[in-house]
Amino acid sequence: MARILKLRDALKEAMIEEMRRDASVFLMGEEVAQYDGAYKVSKGMLEEFGPMRVIDTPIAELGFAGIGVGAAMNGLRPIVEFMTWNFAVLAFDQIVNNAAKTLSQSAGQFNCPIVFRGPSGSAGQLAQQHSQTFESWLGNCPGLKVVSIVDPADAKGLLKSAIRDNDPVCFMESEIAYAWEGEVPDGEYTTPIGVAAVRREGTDVTIVSYNKMMRVALQAADDLAKEGISAEVIDLRTIRPLDYHTLVKSVKKTNRMVVVDESWPMFGVSSEIAYEIQKYAFDYLDAPVLRVNSADTSLGYSSVYVNEYLPNPEKVVKAVKSVMYVKA
Amino acid sequence: MDLTTDILDSIVTTNAGPSSEQQSSDSKKSKSKAKSKEKFDKAMYLNWFETMFRIRKFEEKTLEAYGNQKIRGFCHVYIGQEAIAAGMLSALRTDDAVVTAYRQHGIALSRGMSSKECMAELYGKATGCVKGKGGSMHFFSAEHRFFGGNGIVGAQIPIGTGIAFAEKYRGTDKLCVTMFGDGAARQGALYEAYNMAMTWKLPVLYIVENNGYAMGTSVERTSNVVDMYKIGSSFDMPSEAVNGMDPQSVHEAIARAAEHIRAGKGPYFLEIKTYRYKGHSVSDPGNYRSKEEVKAYMEIDPVKVIEKRIIEQKIASETEIEELKDKIKLEMDEAVAFAESSPLPDASWLYTDNYVQEDYPYMKD
Ligand SMILES: Cc1ncc(C[n+]2csc(CCOP(=O)(O)OP(=O)(O)O)c2C)c(N)n1
Ligand SMILES: [Mg+2]
Repeated sequence: MARILKLRDALKEAMIEEMRRDASVFLMGEEVAQYDGAYKVSKGMLEEFGPMRVIDTPIAELGFAGIGVGAAMNGLRPIVEFMTWNFAVLAFDQIVNNAAKTLSQSAGQFNCPIVFRGPSGSAGQLAQQHSQTFESWLGNCPGLKVVSIVDPADAKGLLKSAIRDNDPVCFMESEIAYAWEGEVPDGEYTTPIGVAAVRREGTDVTIVSYNKMMRVALQAADDLAKEGISAEVIDLRTIRPLDYHTLVKSVKKTNRMVVVDESWPMFGVSSEIAYEIQKYAFDYLDAPVLRVNSADTSLGYSSVYVNEYLPNPEKVVKAVKSVMYVKA
Repeated sequence: MDLTTDILDSIVTTNAGPSSEQQSSDSKKSKSKAKSKEKFDKAMYLNWFETMFRIRKFEEKTLEAYGNQKIRGFCHVYIGQEAIAAGMLSALRTDDAVVTAYRQHGIALSRGMSSKECMAELYGKATGCVKGKGGSMHFFSAEHRFFGGNGIVGAQIPIGTGIAFAEKYRGTDKLCVTMFGDGAARQGALYEAYNMAMTWKLPVLYIVENNGYAMGTSVERTSNVVDMYKIGSSFDMPSEAVNGMDPQSVHEAIARAAEHIRAGKGPYFLEIKTYRYKGHSVSDPGNYRSKEEVKAYMEIDPVKVIEKRIIEQKIASETEIEELKDKIKLEMDEAVAFAESSPLPDASWLYTDNYVQEDYPYMKD
């Protein structure tokens, strides 16, 4: 049996189940307890677990991320929520310089089993500082694992895996997608980190995406189907480690690839994928790998800027036609 | 009302002179009240009232337009905190710099930015103060030395310190007012900035607008130290608590602080006690506060308090006040009409203002 759950509720179920299962797991962040979470992801958790395990912090990202790192080094399993990943920038010192390096620095004596989670990416007209994606930034850093989800079933299974993981995991959600629904299996399950999912099978082109851009990719695939083009759509789910096996396998079948990635174009997820594909599937490619990213700019507030900035199905269809050498 | 009396007590008695070992004293309270009566003329009172009323009406229009989905995104209004903007305007020079957070419409207006350019910005229009690029959280005006609305909580504390650094570096007597919320005061950035500002005697006036809450979190839940002005004492920074529901108290405190700073004595810290009547942002119902608490603060609504004082003390006539109100209401109608009829930005402007270099080679594929 399966139920229809919103993304936020699937995430909450994962946290609740893991906190019931393991007393060392706790949740900490701004407004997570009494306010039920800025986006209501932790609704009701304070009531069940009490203020020692569901903890409201002051606005002090560097401080509470570091407290999480220390607690993790000393045997606990913190879930640190950032209201959005934009604010986690203040905590990058603890994430990048400490969480990611503890195991290496201590030659394996101390690990850092911590989950940093929160929404990444644009969420309407929120302007420059509140619209950024962080998959590429953190995917760059050895020592971290990076997960970025949109599907509620994946979100639950992957968050449970992240909490049980013995390494630090950066877990990227989406403000906009918190209200999106999907089928979530009943009963206990986890979803492995590091495995992409083929969401739609196709033969002519592979479209790769993740997080809320999956909707753009799937919409584009629908639009392309109407024109007789069969697109395979892959949801990365994990950014680091990157499951390029699944991508290579797909491109060996379709011979063409378009990456739909909300992060900025340079030095990011899409560049990395293009590299892997040219290296491992060079002889199978009938066209260069193309990508559809957000614009190489900061994002202004007006709807005009937002529409121009973000990937959308039309831009993806255009890229697909280009790799297929079909006239737009 | 008892709660109102308590609130008044707590915010008024702390409004004394500069001292890092602040204490409340009734004699100080009555002294400052008595002398302040004579000190300010009619123009000053009307100036305060006009500034506050302008902000209040602007924010009411903002909420209305947000309800009609003309304004989107995060939107935080200043309703309840207007006395701070008014008292600050009258106590500063126009060439002083100001930097604040995202709850900034009122500050921007008090700095002299027009209702039109601000409303158009909220509408995301080309005629907005930052061409529709910033929206509610990011107004800027180089002309009015307004260094912006900052969206990252606490980031402007060191930034304002740096703006002040530049003034000292150039040897001017200008200062920088660096404003932030009670929530922001818990960021580590404050510690670092305060320390350097004091060590280097920078011309910076720090103002924490303590409205009691950071989103749903009350000040009491964020620290052991709830009298925020005391934060200054670990840096030996002169600090005081101020009644932020009265522009006169705000004016007096800022004037005192500015004098100290311009004399080259370094930073000054004011905890201005205020209240926001609305939720944190447009989407917050504010359920974490009791109705009684909000009601008690409504009783000391700064806009009404000052209007009452003007009438009761016959500083100006009711007709004069009504005329002023009509003028502001007309100004707001015009601001909305301007915003409505203004054109949207050009999509190509996404690629302007990212670099000063005009032919910067963007990655466009
Ligand atoms: C670094 C950072 N963390 C979190 C947020 C989200 N956030 C925006 S406003 C706010 C509350 C700030 O409260 P306060 O400083 O008291 O200012 P007020 O809203 O009361 O004016 C929070 C947590 C943010 N914008 N930046
Ligand atoms: Mg506040």
